[in-house]
Parts: sequence; C-alpha cells; structure tokens
Amino acid sequence: MTTNILIVGGGLSGTIIANGLCRRLGKQLRRGEVAITMIGTSDTHMYQPGLLYVPFGKFRESELFRDQRKVLDRRVPYFVDPATKIDAESKSVTTQSGKVLKYDYLVIATGSRIVPQSIPGMAEGAHWFYDLDGARKMRDALDAFEGGKIVVNVNAPHKCPVAPLEITFMLYDYLTERGLMDKTEITYTYPIGRLHALEPVAQWAQPEMDRVGIKYETFFNTKEVHPEDKTIESEEGVTLPYDMLVTIPPHMGAEVITDSDLGAGGWVPTDKTKLTREGSTDIFVCGDTTNIPISKAGSTAHFEADVVVENLTSLITEDRWAKDYDGKVFCFIETGMNNGTYVWFNYATPPNPGPPTQMIHWFKLAYNRLYWLSAKGLL
Amino acid sequence: MSERMKVDARGAFCPGPLMELIAALKLIEVGDEVELLSTDEGTAKDVPVWCDKVGHELVSSENSDDHWSLIIRKSK
Repeated sequence: MTTNILIVGGGLSGTIIANGLCRRLGKQLRRGEVAITMIGTSDTHMYQPGLLYVPFGKFRESELFRDQRKVLDRRVPYFVDPATKIDAESKSVTTQSGKVLKYDYLVIATGSRIVPQSIPGMAEGAHWFYDLDGARKMRDALDAFEGGKIVVNVNAPHKCPVAPLEITFMLYDYLTERGLMDKTEITYTYPIGRLHALEPVAQWAQPEMDRVGIKYETFFNTKEVHPEDKTIESEEGVTLPYDMLVTIPPHMGAEVITDSDLGAGGWVPTDKTKLTREGSTDIFVCGDTTNIPISKAGSTAHFEADVVVENLTSLITEDRWAKDYDGKVFCFIETGMNNGTYVWFNYATPPNPGPPTQMIHWFKLAYNRLYWLSAKGLL
Repeated sequence: MSERMKVDARGAFCPGPLMELIAALKLIEVGDEVELLSTDEGTAKDVPVWCDKVGHELVSSENSDDHWSLIIRKSK
C-alpha cells in the first residue's frame, strides 16, 4: 500500500518540502511505500527576492531562474499542469489537462499573485517589481528617468513587507549615484498611520527618510490611479502628482483556492502551529497560501516548510506529530545600495532591527546565491 | 442581514492586526463586518483612528482578559 503525497505548487515551500521528504523517507520511497508527486505552473523556478535588484540592473534575468526539475530531487515526478480544482471530500486534485490525481496527504503551496487590476488605473499607470515583466518595465523607465516626482505607493495585502522600504532607499541611492536626486522628489505612501506595519521598523525608517529628504504620506489607502493626468488618489482624499509611480500592488492567493471554495481571497484558513487546513488532518498549507496573520515572505515559507517536512515524516513513519510552527520569520532589509539590516520575530518575540551595516548587506548578497541550497533543502 | 468575517490576529507582529484588517475589508461587501482579535496594545488605539480617516465604522471595541475584540463595518 503506497502513501501518496501530492504537492501543489513548485515554489520555495513546495520544493523544500519535496526535497526534505526525499531525504527523510528515502527507504520508504525505495520500497514503494511512499510516492511524492508535484504539479506546478512553470518549468522554471524563480528566485523572487532577486526581482528587487532587476530595476537597478543589479541582477541579471538569467540569474533569477533554474530548471525546476534540477532543483527538485529526481525521485519526485514534476508536471507542469496547474491545478484547477482541489476536492478535500474526494481527496483529489483536478488539473488543467483534465487529470484527476488522488492523494493521501496534500500540500497546498500555490503562493500569491499581484492584482494591480483591482485598483482602477493602477495596471495602466504604475510600475512595479513584483513580477519579471513589471521589473523589466521599471528598469526601462528608470533608465529613461531624468528627474521629477516619484511616488512609492504601498497597498495591502502584499508579500515581503520590507520590500517597499528597500525599494525606496535603493531608489534614493541609485538616483544619487546618477546625480539626479537634486531634481527628484521621492514620496512614500503607506496605508496606516506610520511608515511600516512593524513599529520598530517604522521608528527606524522615519528619521532615515527625514535625514535624506524622502517625503511620506501615511493613511494613504489607494482609491484610484489617473494615468492621463499622472496622479494617484487615496480613500482619505489626498491626491499626489507623479512623473513615475512605483507601486506595491495588492495581492491575492491563487485562483484554484477560490475556485475550490477553500478560502476567501485565495488564502486558506490554516492552523497557525500545525499548518494544516482548518478542519483537515491530511491537508497541509504552506507559504503565502495560508491565512496566518504573519508576513508573506520567503523566510516564512522556508521555516514553515521545515515543520511540514518533520510532521509529514513523523505521521507516515510513527503516526505522531513532531513539532509546531512557532511563527519564526527572518527578513534581511536592504537600507540602500551598500547597507542592510535584518529583523527576526516569532509569535512570542517582537522584532528589534539593529543598525544597518555593510556586512549585513553582504550577507544578503551572499544569500541571494545560497538560496538554491535552501530550495534543495540543504540550508 | 450583514455577514461577519473573523480575523484572528492575536500574536501577529508583521504585517500586524491593522494591515490584516485592511486586507480583510477588501474581501467583504459594503455593510458587512470584520471582527478583529488582537493582543497588540496599539490596535485598540490605531484601528479607530484608521476607520475615522478612511471612512469605515467602528461598531465596538472590547478588552477581555488577554486580547482586544473590535468590530468594524465596511462603509464604502
């Protein structure tokens, strides 16, 4: 009797889980007692945090991608055949090609996607760096930029909550190096009454922005972008003019989640310590897909994936749960082109960012390369 | 009859209860409500100010033993 593990999603968490399970369940895989299958949407695996550097020409497009089948353990068959329906009752997943895959254990790791089209005018009037096409267009726009008003506009929900600050300070350094800051004004907008959701990060960011002359507008919940007259308007009644609008678009979960009635907005209600779908013991949810109220970020996905690997292994081999997820998140924060800091926190420990240093910036650059060891489950 | 979505943001540091509220309000219809649970001391202060600025209605705010429970009605 074979225990079938089906992983839906070929991103970071799905890949770490697949590779981690292969390492722990080698004997069972060899004997045919366990089978692991993955389905995804692309032949390639993208290092998403690298997109932050693309607009500045600091990361080559080719460096973002690897062949998913080469990142994945060879014992895991991988099919580019996106899931279209997940049926928890019949324990099956239907794919775009019409296949119906049965499972004993399911891992949902379908991630999140940007939805700039959900705000009128945003898709037409704004630049972003959260996907490759957007990052390319932003790079071209920055190449042609000769000075003027830049608005960095943040919307919720979004993944990688520190990226809006990173792009703002990197823009400042980039434009300073090009000699354009004396004829450029950067304004950063944020939807709540401070510059970042994490209060200690906001307390660090505000004096930094004051020091370099970056303006900010808090309580700015985007209502509409007007590309024809190059303005952005908030629900609070503030209108800002721009020459270049850089937005962090709102996000949603994958369509297959809403199409399968598994969660509003594409976010699956998930037990915050067991990482199982609420009401299920055979469905694990990992990475951006959960509705857990913590950062949607690669490090979250990574730490969650480690827990899923341990629990799935123990359930299969010993019929017991091995460990709980404690909410651990660790995020590097680029504070410009040459310095960085970091935050870490969990459900019980608040974050406390230290002073930025060049060393931490170098660590982040090193991690940009070490990522592939994480995806392979080695780091 | 309006519907109510529950958002349990207890123990959440990032993105935090208010950002979770903003995300939840995007998923419901005008007239429906969100019940926000939070252990963050600042929530009881920040949410009313944000509702006032943006134009949503704070229906109630209660402090129990270990958390706050706020009900917000989407108004626009």
